[in-house]
Amino acid sequence: MEKFTTHVGTVAALPYVNIDTDQIIPKQFLKRVERTGFGQFLFYNWRLLENDQPDPEFPLNYERAKDATVLVADENFGCGSSREHAAWALQDYGFKVVIAPSFGDIFYNNSFKNGLLPVRMPLEVVRSWQKRFEDGSLELRVNLEEQVIEDDHGGIHTFEIDGYWKNMLIHGLDEIGLTLQYSDHIAKYERTI
Amino acid sequence: MGKTIIEKVWERHKVYEEEGKPDLLYIDLHLIHEVTSPQAFEGLRLNNRKLRRPDLTYATMDHNIPTKDRETITDKIAKKQIDVLVENCKNFDVELAGLNSPNNGIVHIIGPELGLTQPGKTIVCGDSHTSTHGAFGALAFGIGTSEVEHVMATQTLWQDRPKTMEVVIDGRLESGVTAKDIILALIAKYGVNFGTGHVVEYRGEAIRGLTMEERMTICNMSIEGGARAGLISPDQVTFDYLRGRENVPEGDAYDVIVEEWKQLASDPDAKFDATLVLDASEVKPMVTWGTNPGQGVTIDGTVPSPEDGKTDSERRAIEQSLEYMDLKPGTKMEDIKIQHVFLGSCTNARISDLREAAGYIKGKKVDKSVRALVVPGSVKVKRQAEEEGLATIFIEAGFEWRDAGCSMCLGMNPDQVPAGERCASTSNRNFEGRQGKNARTHLMSPIMAAAAAVHGHFVDVRKLDAIPASS
Ligand code: SF4
Repeated sequence: MEKFTTHVGTVAALPYVNIDTDQIIPKQFLKRVERTGFGQFLFYNWRLLENDQPDPEFPLNYERAKDATVLVADENFGCGSSREHAAWALQDYGFKVVIAPSFGDIFYNNSFKNGLLPVRMPLEVVRSWQKRFEDGSLELRVNLEEQVIEDDHGGIHTFEIDGYWKNMLIHGLDEIGLTLQYSDHIAKYERTI
Repeated sequence: MGKTIIEKVWERHKVYEEEGKPDLLYIDLHLIHEVTSPQAFEGLRLNNRKLRRPDLTYATMDHNIPTKDRETITDKIAKKQIDVLVENCKNFDVELAGLNSPNNGIVHIIGPELGLTQPGKTIVCGDSHTSTHGAFGALAFGIGTSEVEHVMATQTLWQDRPKTMEVVIDGRLESGVTAKDIILALIAKYGVNFGTGHVVEYRGEAIRGLTMEERMTICNMSIEGGARAGLISPDQVTFDYLRGRENVPEGDAYDVIVEEWKQLASDPDAKFDATLVLDASEVKPMVTWGTNPGQGVTIDGTVPSPEDGKTDSERRAIEQSLEYMDLKPGTKMEDIKIQHVFLGSCTNARISDLREAAGYIKGKKVDKSVRALVVPGSVKVKRQAEEEGLATIFIEAGFEWRDAGCSMCLGMNPDQVPAGERCASTSNRNFEGRQGKNARTHLMSPIMAAAAAVHGHFVDVRKLDAIPASS
């Protein structure tokens, strides 16, 4: 996994609550057997019109969102299906960070495993960033080591993150490789059942 | 102080613990299917890793498969996914309930059917409705594909100790009201993230009175309330269901294991981190009007308006949903017309669900404006329904009688609802586009869906004298 320490990027904001993983990546694109190439299908039903042309009204298609790498979402982002394809699609599309007041549990976990950083931020902060994006462009600087996000207006916001995942991301560790170092413990446990 | 079943199962599966880290938890049963496993197998191959316990891994194919002429899959990419699963299971020595197997079916239906699902086990699957297996007192939860690969390689997962929540459901259900209505009412009352970060135990008199199949319906939708998992302490109903099943010990060994299972139930003085209550006697038949399972009302209710939302987010959500569903606030639920009925999915495609619907349908006809589908949850359910004469009842009424699979629950196979049309569905998700692009899904119980098929719009089954005595 790629290391994640600090990331500076422009924002795209989606002001909708309860965005489920069926929206992030619709089912018709889950048939691939690879991990790559899902970005083109991200928010497919919302991002593209019937003729496969970009829908100019969908926020990811705004000019200022073209090179966005930070997604500011809303409550309960990534709820629903366990499909990890949602994290793969966001990442493949170019996102490095997803910020929301709350996340679906499985999506939250899946993101870490792929080096996509999910950040929980208070609702007021998230909504103020959504507003900033509606009015113009916004850049955020996400510092994982310090657990701080700075916006380009001088706002500084700290966030909480589990130490285990922080360490995993900062060092770009392979979780399975790490767990295999506990093989003796696993074997010992297996002898007791 | 006593312990909850959640804590008991957790303690028994801890392989390793260290301050500041999640616990390393042993997994007793890993269920896999064609959609969320190929990348995990690929990961093993690329890193030259073995699948640690093929004997604790069990595979089926369910999401993609056609429910008509199931041997001829015309969708090339879907076909590839199926072929890749067959190949992977062969190479890694995993037992597979393939298309020709009498054990084939939706992953959450066949686990219990085969007796693989047992009290006290830790069970995972790359599918969010794995919580279904919690009905047996197992700690069962959905995982992503990276975790699938992790379990394949290590038979463990790093897991943060969850918070515990009890949902106490007392009271008796009125006739015509079902387990599906309980869970829809619960999510409507407490919202789609009431359970976030928690494992939920459903308890109380109403839960004790439910059959195993009804309990599965409730646990199945735990994820729709945001819970990591949902479970029910095992009791005699659980033990009776499991007796004699393929993977359950027999004779003396059965008695021994039942004694162990009896120890699992939450102790009377166990404390939970949170408690919710619901009075079953107040639950009415439920129908969802919106695009998440929490947006449901009773059948005698009306479509809400954005002003009914208690928070800003709720108001936003109602607005978004009304637009997608093309519904006006104040519309009576009974006045909403439908064009499709889907009886199926891991929530409600077990034999008792089909009996419930068939009991109502018998001697009636599907309305001319409606296309209705019955998709049994497994090959075994299908056979049994045919033997009991349920299939004939459905077919004579004008339903299409299909082969087992996930089907129109998510429309990955050819079974889809066309844009702009409405479906009365016994599945668990009414998300935008779930059953087809711009399709509109309304969730409800099998008997409510059956009644909608006959009338062409939603009806209150309590008003109809045709409710079979069994329900
Ligand atoms: S029936 Fe629906 S919810 Fe259940 S496993 Fe299949 S797709 Fe998922």
